[in-house]
Amino acid sequence: MQQIINFVIRHKNFLLFLFLLMLSLAFTIQSHSYHQSRFFNSANWITGNIYEAKQNITAYFDLSEENEKLIDENQRLRKLLFNKSNSDTISLDSTQLLYTITTARVIKNSYSESRNYITINRGRNDSIKPDMGVITSKGILGIVENTSPHYATVQSILNENSNINAKIKNTDHFGSLVWDTKDYAVVQLVDIPRMVPLNIGDTIVTGAMSSIFPENIPIGTIQKFDLDTAKSFYQIDIKLFNDMTNIRNVYIVNNMDRKEIRELESKNLNEQ
Amino acid sequence: MNNKYFINAIRFVLLVLVQVLIFNQLNFFGFINPMVYILFLYWYPINTSRASFIWVSFLLGLCIDFFSDTMALHAASTVSLAYLRPTIMRFVYGVNIEFQNFKLSNSTRVQQFTFLALLIVVHHLVFFTLEIFSLANILMILKKVVVIGSASMLLCLLFNSLFSAGKE
Repeated sequence: MQQIINFVIRHKNFLLFLFLLMLSLAFTIQSHSYHQSRFFNSANWITGNIYEAKQNITAYFDLSEENEKLIDENQRLRKLLFNKSNSDTISLDSTQLLYTITTARVIKNSYSESRNYITINRGRNDSIKPDMGVITSKGILGIVENTSPHYATVQSILNENSNINAKIKNTDHFGSLVWDTKDYAVVQLVDIPRMVPLNIGDTIVTGAMSSIFPENIPIGTIQKFDLDTAKSFYQIDIKLFNDMTNIRNVYIVNNMDRKEIRELESKNLNEQ
Repeated sequence: MNNKYFINAIRFVLLVLVQVLIFNQLNFFGFINPMVYILFLYWYPINTSRASFIWVSFLLGLCIDFFSDTMALHAASTVSLAYLRPTIMRFVYGVNIEFQNFKLSNSTRVQQFTFLALLIVVHHLVFFTLEIFSLANILMILKKVVVIGSASMLLCLLFNSLFSAGKE
């Protein structure tokens, strides 16, 4: 017993180091799996407020550019609206809507790591919940991962763990959108079978299989494609429409039917 | 004595803020974010208890982690660095550090440079190995260590010559 105590006293620094290192490794490795990074995220009160204060100052620098982006989008939406036939009545009954939209502002963006997260200034109090989709006027951005009362973190599509259903526009060939951590302007689409005709420049949009994003949200265009090592699926490089380095205003999409879809799917899983 | 704690506390807060508000958003060439908070471990007084140094470093790393959504990667690398610092110092300064009146500012330029460089290399190696977490990408780890390490080195040297001249 005496020897054990002596050993602990003699090596107390090493043991402390080992303990803290193990602690941080445990946090890190545990959060490699989806939805585990609950404790370490920038959606908490202190970090959220500091980032918000900083954003309030720097927001003025590219205000005109941001205005132009929003005007462009308004123009596009007006064109759609005016050219739409039988658009005489628009239902305002929110119980019949399939998707609801909340706007938010990015207060912290990152794109240089291998697991990038974005922090936005809406949270639980604005009824933001994990697993809602986040898009910009140009294309998809990511999925809400953690929320606090006033802030939320978004798992960017520039994240190793990101896996989003996507398809080639105007077809029903779908695959998974992943990121190889190399270039922040390029993501990868995998699992498209080799018989699918592809062209460089084809548009990729979100697929209908996901209950997070609505169908046909733009993602990017095909830059390059190769067959994978097994020669049966394509490995496609996609150039994003979004400039991931310059994002300010975002929309959070909530699918009202998601809960129902998830319940149905989990029932299937339970029966198997 | 009180003064020493005060200076370190101020340094802690300022370095965390500078790191997360300026240098984490720099993204020079798309991926270069220098880590200047290593200066805290470089400037930290020598004749203090080793255990408290390890704890403070852990807290520093954790603070950076909270801001940058990196789980506990910074914490893991600062803890390793804090534990290895005495070894690195003995390597750089030899027996000199056993003396009570040993001060960083008394050492030569070359010694200071080597000490800082070793701190940065160890920190970045641990950090990027854990971040990328696969030996298949060892070239990418080395590339990041070299490129981002030299950027950190440059900025740390600048900060060091800016802020440590008036002290002591």
